[in-house]
Amino acid sequence: MKILVTAKRVEDPESKIKVKADGSGIVQEGLKYKMNPFDEIAVEEGLRLTAKHGGEVVVVSIGPKDVQEQLRHALAMGAARAVWVNHPGPLDPMGAAGLLQKVVEKEKPDLCILGKQSIDDDQGQTGQYLAEWLGWSQGTFASKLDSLESEAEKAKAPAIELSADGKTLQVVREVDSGLATLACSLPAVVTTDLRLNQPRYASLPGIMKAKNKPIEELTPAGLGVDVGLQVEVLRMSPPPPRKAGVKVGDVQELFQKLKNEAKVL
Amino acid sequence: MSIVLIVAERQPDGQLRKATLHAAAAGADLAAKAGAELHLAILAEDPAPLAERLKDCGAKVIHTLASPSFAHYLAETYAPAVAELAKSVGASFVGAAATAQGRDLLPRVAARLRAAMASDVVGFSGAGTDIVFTRPMWAGAVISDVKLKTAIKAFTIRATEFPAAPAGKAPAEVTAFSAPAAPASPTRFVDFKEVKSARPELTEARIVVSGGRGTKGDFKEVEALADELGAAVGASRAACDAGWVPNDWQVGQTGKVVAPQLYVAAGISGAIQHLAGMKGSKVIVAINKDPEAPIFQVADYGIVGDLFKVLPELRAAIHGAK
Repeated sequence: MKILVTAKRVEDPESKIKVKADGSGIVQEGLKYKMNPFDEIAVEEGLRLTAKHGGEVVVVSIGPKDVQEQLRHALAMGAARAVWVNHPGPLDPMGAAGLLQKVVEKEKPDLCILGKQSIDDDQGQTGQYLAEWLGWSQGTFASKLDSLESEAEKAKAPAIELSADGKTLQVVREVDSGLATLACSLPAVVTTDLRLNQPRYASLPGIMKAKNKPIEELTPAGLGVDVGLQVEVLRMSPPPPRKAGVKVGDVQELFQKLKNEAKVL
Repeated sequence: MSIVLIVAERQPDGQLRKATLHAAAAGADLAAKAGAELHLAILAEDPAPLAERLKDCGAKVIHTLASPSFAHYLAETYAPAVAELAKSVGASFVGAAATAQGRDLLPRVAARLRAAMASDVVGFSGAGTDIVFTRPMWAGAVISDVKLKTAIKAFTIRATEFPAAPAGKAPAEVTAFSAPAAPASPTRFVDFKEVKSARPELTEARIVVSGGRGTKGDFKEVEALADELGAAVGASRAACDAGWVPNDWQVGQTGKVVAPQLYVAAGISGAIQHLAGMKGSKVIVAINKDPEAPIFQVADYGIVGDLFKVLPELRAAIHGAK
């Protein structure tokens, strides 16, 4: 089974995001970067599937040279090789899906696994655009039926099940008020929710091996994709400031304030 | 006249998902600004009951799409039908509530229409075709104004940011649309397991009561207050990672983003990761033993104390006032 997974470079979810005074973007100084947490789950699921069924995981990232850090991290986790689409400028979901579509046509994987969203622009669209443009089945927000404390998780079993004939994936999806199960014919696009697995750490031997694994460089022009922005961010602003709060002395005072001042009870 | 088309959502039990009413209100707001008409689309085996339910919520036209293949929601069967309808009526805007279904479906519809899309929209501004969509990024740490440059524009709206469309408006014209037969879906519906909970959805709830590390794993008082208030229960990442509560209770940047009328944070210190998921709440109450906890910086009302004392007292006061 050949699986293509994504590894977007994003701001560390623990870092404090500040908007530039002119609203043109966020303050980059002092920020740390890492792989989008949802993509890390995608890489992990790909590795578990190939460990069980054979095959290889190919990781792709789009961005400036710096994204090679995230590709190396995925390689250290166990991906076989990497594809870097060299694009230093901004990108929207249509651009990302367009580039991924070309990479898919070149690599011909059986399955693409993407994070359900990236924690920077929070659009949550790329996997679905990709599935539609490829004409493939989509299983979004994939989740594990068992808890992340379960024996299956401890045994690093994949949550996505491949049918005996190898033609269909069973994907459990976290949806409103329950879990929906889909049978997705391969090839398919799956996007990951948080509760799919707990990604592994890269081991020291893994990190050493990753240094010699190949990273292929591609460009939007070479792939023939116009990445002109269709979603244009005009300006960014911080969320409306919250008015200074008060500390209350006791529960009665809190209750009265919630009831009579905030009127939320 | 240009058209705003909103896709209604049916729950697995056949009822209307409430978020649809909020999406209809958002659609009406957008239609007013864009100088457009509000239309709704209902896809079902039998769309009649939902059409009846929605007919006086402000839409000019309701399009019903009936097919046995719509019995269970699948992006692969719904997206071609919605896209065909959008093309056929000449919709300039296609949207839905940002529910699990809306998030799954709308990007696929947008892809078919070669439309750019804005997710989780919290407001519209501008006029005519020059509409600006306001939406959160970085889990709400940034609010951005975006423009979609394609002819057709797709979006999902955050239901908590728009009121429910009131009933009692002029009745909509209900018209059947027969979408051309779509190719066989590569995806098959297997089953749906409802997670039985008497509590509202975390992302739809009017009130959320959350617990963190300070509970030391004992969520009884958090849940008891939530039930007294008819609220959803949330948790910090620390509480989920510790295995104390299910992961899908997690509120935060990597969990669920909530914006209820009232958010009660009990024993939650207020890591940036958590704040990003709840600071859009209208009123925030923080209960924490540590007066220096960062959660107090975003709280409207803070109380320094032991949650195991404060929560039962608050619950008693609320109960007593009923």
